[in-house]
Amino acid sequence: MSYPTDRKYTKEHEWITPDVKIGITSYAQDSLGDIVFVELPKVGTELAVGKTFGTVESVKAVSDLYAPASGPVTEVNGALATAPENVNKDAHAAWMVKINVKDPAELNSLLSAADYEKFVNEEAGH
Amino acid sequence: MSAVAATPPTIRKTALNPVHRQMGAKMVEFNGWEMPVEYPAAIGCGIVNEHMAVRTGVGIFDVSHMGDIRLAGPEALAAVQHISMNDASRLAIGQAQYSALLYPEGTFVDDVIVHRLGVDEYLLVINAGTREKDFSWVYKNVRESAHPFDCLVENLSDDYTQIAIQGPKAIDLMEKLSAAFVEVPAKELNAPFQTLKIEADYKNLKFYWITEGRTMAVRANAQRLFDSKTLIGRTGYTAEDGFEIYIPSDEAISAHVWYGLLAAGKEFGVLPCGLGARNTLRLEGKLPLYGHEISDTINVWEAGLDRFCKMEKAEFIGREALEASRKEPLKKALVGLEMIDRGIARDGYKVFDSSGKEIGYVTSGSPAPFLKKNIALAYVPPAQAEIGNTVLVEIRGQGVKAQVVPTPFYKRPKKS
Repeated sequence: MSYPTDRKYTKEHEWITPDVKIGITSYAQDSLGDIVFVELPKVGTELAVGKTFGTVESVKAVSDLYAPASGPVTEVNGALATAPENVNKDAHAAWMVKINVKDPAELNSLLSAADYEKFVNEEAGH
Repeated sequence: MSAVAATPPTIRKTALNPVHRQMGAKMVEFNGWEMPVEYPAAIGCGIVNEHMAVRTGVGIFDVSHMGDIRLAGPEALAAVQHISMNDASRLAIGQAQYSALLYPEGTFVDDVIVHRLGVDEYLLVINAGTREKDFSWVYKNVRESAHPFDCLVENLSDDYTQIAIQGPKAIDLMEKLSAAFVEVPAKELNAPFQTLKIEADYKNLKFYWITEGRTMAVRANAQRLFDSKTLIGRTGYTAEDGFEIYIPSDEAISAHVWYGLLAAGKEFGVLPCGLGARNTLRLEGKLPLYGHEISDTINVWEAGLDRFCKMEKAEFIGREALEASRKEPLKKALVGLEMIDRGIARDGYKVFDSSGKEIGYVTSGSPAPFLKKNIALAYVPPAQAEIGNTVLVEIRGQGVKAQVVPTPFYKRPKKS
């Protein structure tokens, strides 16, 4: 599996693009299985880096979403409310929220596509 | 997203464990057993697809983690009648019934399927997590009580691989395997067997009856032959028609039968199914799960299992307590809930009445893949148990509206 190089990644399997959309990786959706429910914050909610900002639920489990960066939510992908399976179909296209990044320096500590792939391979190989 | 926990060293494995891993199943720990929760999306599986395969075609499950206790001897029936709440004297040879083993308080040791195998021979099939507890309980109450019963009490749990074949097309799959030998594509070059036949008479095998079949596996040059009697029950835990077969817990024969079922079942849309689908299927059918709807703190009346409890039997463990509690008003009742507002009620979530007072808890909750609803079973006071009553389920700090609905949520369509 390779990961799009146009974005940054977290160890909790979220990604963040330059136009500041946030979602979860294809590794995450594969681990979760069929996604049946996505709970996202309202527009205006302040995300704090490293803190939970929503949940994604598979049939069996609830998983927290962790913010890759801080800032207010400017847009929410409403389609995921009725079609959560979009995350399974194409996790890298199924953005969840868009934010205004308060401190761009936060993005520097995130993983590149190559580093994330390495991290995932190590984790998967345990 | 949380990481996967490492497997503890004392975890137990069924004979089919290598096969599940070979197929790429996601493995989880369940009551001390390493079991598949679902198979890969890459082979068309996943909890939702597996669930739908059982509702519309056929799915197979490794349920070898369940336990088996055999009682045989002149007083086997009397022993069963003493420990089991249902009336086993109604069982003809080859018939089975759902029942439960109770504590003197009228609460549950475990639920069980009692099979009558012969004149004085009974097989109790019990839950995985309660194997040792149940066997000790049965042995103590049958062989070590003040008046021991004259019968053997044997723990056969490790002797069998148990495979469930479930769905409206399960009968087609079993009849195909009974009619002729089926080629089983080998996973290894020097696989011990190449073809499989499981002969049995299904014409007269009604639901909740069992029969003795014959499993034969052959290698083309006839150097290896497996030929053994196989217990086949028309039983299951999915609210569909289906079968459970009991074959020796030998790894080679278990793998061969598993792959044989998948090969023969291809034309019927067969999928291997894990514990994830097993849970969503039984939940739709309102089948209880030990530790959730039934436990050692819940009695028969609260769980709504009256019809399996034959109080007209003169004696069984728990009868006295049940006689007394039957006269009193119920403190709680098991109800079915359907979420009205967005949200999924899950095991352990608290339930509140519409005024915000805490009234109970969810015993099992999940999305229902066939019904396409979010459903749950919950204990609430009887006053709140009326169909149509609105309650709130606490989901991450918020009260989310749900409604009491009739159960079972799903009933399989009658065959015309």
